[in-house]
Amino acid sequence: MGNGHGPRHRGRDRGERPPRSEPKVLVLPGDEIPHRGLQPGFGTYRVGKRVFASVMGYVTWREPFVRIVPFAGRYVPKPHDVIVGIVQDVQKTFYLLDIDASRWAPLHTSGTPWEPGPGELDQYLRIGDAVLVAVENLDATGKIGVTMKGEDLGKLTGGTILTISPAKIPRVIGKGGSMIHTITHLTGTRVAVGQNGRIWVEGTPGGIQRVRDVLRIIEEEGQRPGLTERIEGYLQMTGPTDETGPQAPGDPSADRTEPHRTNEPPPLSFPEQGGGSSRIQIPEQETDEGEEPWET
Amino acid sequence: MSEAVAAEIQTTHIIDLARTGHRLDGRGIDEWRPVTVEPGFVKSADGSAMVHIGDTAVLCGVKLEIGKPFPDTPNAGVLTTNAELIALSSPTFEPGPPQPEAIELSRVVDRSIRAAETIDLTKLCVSPSEKCWTCYVDIHCLDHSGNLIDAAQLAALGALTHSTVPAKRFEVGEHDYPLEVSHFPIECTFVRLGDKIVADPTFEEETAGQGRLTVATDETGHLVAMQKGKVGAFSPDEIIETVERAFRHGDRLRNIVRGA
Repeated sequence: MGNGHGPRHRGRDRGERPPRSEPKVLVLPGDEIPHRGLQPGFGTYRVGKRVFASVMGYVTWREPFVRIVPFAGRYVPKPHDVIVGIVQDVQKTFYLLDIDASRWAPLHTSGTPWEPGPGELDQYLRIGDAVLVAVENLDATGKIGVTMKGEDLGKLTGGTILTISPAKIPRVIGKGGSMIHTITHLTGTRVAVGQNGRIWVEGTPGGIQRVRDVLRIIEEEGQRPGLTERIEGYLQMTGPTDETGPQAPGDPSADRTEPHRTNEPPPLSFPEQGGGSSRIQIPEQETDEGEEPWET
Repeated sequence: MSEAVAAEIQTTHIIDLARTGHRLDGRGIDEWRPVTVEPGFVKSADGSAMVHIGDTAVLCGVKLEIGKPFPDTPNAGVLTTNAELIALSSPTFEPGPPQPEAIELSRVVDRSIRAAETIDLTKLCVSPSEKCWTCYVDIHCLDHSGNLIDAAQLAALGALTHSTVPAKRFEVGEHDYPLEVSHFPIECTFVRLGDKIVADPTFEEETAGQGRLTVATDETGHLVAMQKGKVGAFSPDEIIETVERAFRHGDRLRNIVRGA
């Protein structure tokens, strides 16, 4: 069973990461950032040869960009981001998805596994359906092209969607997927994390409720160190016998202690990087940035 | 996005939860979020109140001015209720002329105040057919997290209860005096989720709701107004039960407003 996201990512990340001992730098919008010859990246802007911050957060310098890890803010699409969209409209040749970004994103039939004729699109997706898609391209006009072709992408059925600030998504995933693995393991849920702050969760009502509780903790305390350990402690403390959350009638709670039932597919959160036919790659920084600025 | 459709799996989840007697935020079917009423929130107004129901925030201001009575009611003052759903309070609100939602909100709040005879309008008459007080009740939604109707109505009642008639400023009397409030109507809104009818719905529950019923009751035990909204139906038995629940919640909320 391919539950293989955690350790492998972790090992590779550790290996390639340059040691980091410099103190973290907090900036406010308008603060000048020493760019060290790097290009201005996310959350920055350039005036002449100087670079300034446009959002509040910590500065990271990593070839080829100097960028800011924001504390808060709306979702800004990046190519290859895996996101959760909700179908808002069905047109002749494409679907329009709400991805909680600045505008709706068209999903063309060419980006789906189906080949519907004109006007037959609603046989596959209808208004209100949730889909896991990846950002394919962004053009200069701000149009956001998304695709459903890629490992684990597709329509989301069952479960529900929870939301969290997109800025907190790296914390939800944790370093090398440690946090999300902890959460799914201890709540017995299946999870697909969208970079746009939408998280699809499937499991018992009680399990979903506990994931919701955990997300609230991450949202409120995500800036403090040792988060994964505390979440783990919280979930073990509240334990599978925790009955604060609703539970399906007649559902044995013992079920939830099982990490992944053997007949279940692995969690959807980590399409393996470079793995076989997968066209979707989660950028390394998104899976490991989790707790890093607080490590030292 | 202005009219983004919620995901079907989310609304299904909310309804499934309700079926087992649970809600997203852990409340019971008949449980309210914490309610606070702060009268006198705006010092420059003749009356005002800030109301929080959970994360929902509504501010109401009351202004009293001297105007002319309507020709068909020469012995009565004028009561005008207006609601602003400012775009900052929810991604679903847009700037511009009032949308149907804002018009419904102001009319439903107005109806409970008018039908309960909260204010005796004849006492707002200064000289028949010539001079009367015009009472403006302005409702501003500051944060929309569901159940705007109840929050707006609580704010309006809270503001009116603590209003001053500025007689001196308009030179129709020696002294300013408190606005007399005769009755205390309270509106309670319920939403159908599957076979359950939940009180104080959140934004998500309103979105998933299959029928909305607002019931206004006053302290004398009268049912003073009702409003049905959204697509969905209620059986006669359900309506009777809902009205009884509205009386129970009404008594509690009335104490909050009067004690504020």
